[in-house]
Amino acid sequence: MPIIKVESLTHVYSRGTPFEKVAVDGIDLEIEKGEFVGIIGHTGSGKSTFIQHLNGLLSPDTGRVIIDGTDPASSKEAARDVRFKVGLVFQYPEYQLFEETVYRDIAFGPKNMGLNDAEIDEYVRRAAWFVGVPESLFESSPLELSGGQKRRVAIAGVIAMRPQVLILDEPTAGLDPAGRESILENICNYHQTTGATVLLVSHSMDDIARIASRLVVFSHGRVALDGAPADVFSHAGELKSMGLAVPQATEIALALKKRGVDIDESIYTINYLRKLLVSLRGEVGKC
Amino acid sequence: MLKNVTLGQYFPGDTPVHKLDPRTKLIFLIGYIVALFLAKNWASYALIFITLAAVSYTAHIKPKTLLSGLKPLLFIVVFTALINLLYGPGEPLYTFWIFRITRQGIHNAVFMVLRIMMLVCGTFMLTYTTSPLSLTDGLELLLNPLKKIKLPVHELSMMMSIALRFIPTLIEETDKIMSAQKARGAAFDTGKLTDRARALLPLLVPLFVGAFRRADELATAMECRCYHGGEGRTRMKQLRFAGIDFAAFALCALLIAAVCVLRHFGL
Ligand SMILES: Nc1ncnc2c1ncn2[C@@H]1O[C@H](COP(=O)(O)OP(=O)(O)O)[C@@H](O)[C@H]1O
Ligand SMILES: [Mg+2]
Repeated sequence: MPIIKVESLTHVYSRGTPFEKVAVDGIDLEIEKGEFVGIIGHTGSGKSTFIQHLNGLLSPDTGRVIIDGTDPASSKEAARDVRFKVGLVFQYPEYQLFEETVYRDIAFGPKNMGLNDAEIDEYVRRAAWFVGVPESLFESSPLELSGGQKRRVAIAGVIAMRPQVLILDEPTAGLDPAGRESILENICNYHQTTGATVLLVSHSMDDIARIASRLVVFSHGRVALDGAPADVFSHAGELKSMGLAVPQATEIALALKKRGVDIDESIYTINYLRKLLVSLRGEVGKC
Repeated sequence: MLKNVTLGQYFPGDTPVHKLDPRTKLIFLIGYIVALFLAKNWASYALIFITLAAVSYTAHIKPKTLLSGLKPLLFIVVFTALINLLYGPGEPLYTFWIFRITRQGIHNAVFMVLRIMMLVCGTFMLTYTTSPLSLTDGLELLLNPLKKIKLPVHELSMMMSIALRFIPTLIEETDKIMSAQKARGAAFDTGKLTDRARALLPLLVPLFVGAFRRADELATAMECRCYHGGEGRTRMKQLRFAGIDFAAFALCALLIAAVCVLRHFGL
């Protein structure tokens, strides 16, 4: 049984006013337990609206969402249940920090789950470890931290609830390359260690291509492409017409192919490209 | 959910009412309110109502839109009507318990409700057809003479424009933070009153921190563009009265005069 099942989901903002906007337009999607899914799409394609349905923050206008067998829209208890099962990290989550200390902020979620103090402590420390927040920072105010550290604390605040499904909305937006790299690594690590299902929303192809095992491409509120990264990136023309870039490695492969080099154009990581190029050069050298 | 507030909402348009100078509209509104308070009988109320209807027709504002703005005031309107109805002076038509319903009371209640509704609708006409920015511009120019008595008119109007500009931003931010805290299991709508008050902390702290951060950034941005108050500041859009404004003034004066005449003759 898939852990997330979405059936012809539609969401309309400000229905019946001049500002009416169909943000999600008939999406069908199934996600299996333990998958690492990357969600990409241009700005305004409905990604953020879509993921807020997965933990019951928004209710579908038509269609249904089933999380691990329950429909969050069916009752208040179901919604609360699903909210702890599906952890959602919003875009720029650092603006939600409010407690006096880092520790207490991370503990907010577990406390709402009704755990006892010992459990809370364990959950908080583990979550902080996952995102690389050192225990020496536990007693500082979240407002004193640097931007990158705030982001980590905010992500820890969601991971601390030990959700079976972790959804992150552009977790690396506005960070420097080193910070981006290490947060992505933390997320990968979390996925591998806990076996949780992870949905990562991003518009950086290079980031997402490397770590997701499946890509779902959104365009104008619909799923335009869905499949393994290699499949998705072989539709380079379509991606470009949707206002999306293909990863740099694919770009180079395409350019080489155009000039008559016999190369697999569905590659998408720099490492693989380098290997291919080296082997090609070997062949050229032989001639 | 929070998006539904129509606080000072502006409907852009290209009608004669939209084109009026904001100062004209402010003065017209004051004249309209004066007329409303001078009105004492059916004839003058009818006259004012016709004025309101004509303006809203010209401005392409539907009656439904105007009435929907009244919704938050429903309680006050009903309450005023009841008080007037139940405690009217004069011969009682009907008595029960401590209440006396009189002819004068019914009369008062009906007029009071009409007055409040027309007052609010008139004010909404102004905000529906004038963008907040041009409204504050007009207000600043109208209040300019008060600079003589050291009233910081420019600063006040700048504060008002900034406040108006940031209302939608803050509403959006409140929505976002609420969602984010709900995702961490916060409950805003259940529990005892004290629990609910405590539950607001995760919302209010980030909201205030954000507002202060924004204020700081805005101040820096203004300083970088050499803002130093109203002294010697010129405007890109100079406000000038045109023919249509004088027509509006004439209409306003006529309305007040007519209401005065009707009041005098007690029609
Ligand atoms: N709260 C809202 N009210 C009205 N419209 C919204 C709201 N949130 C998003 N939208 C609109 O819905 C569309 C999809 O937005 P969103 O889901 O945020 O896309 P993405 O996350 O892919 O950029 C956009 O056109 C946006 O303007
Ligand atoms: Mg988004």
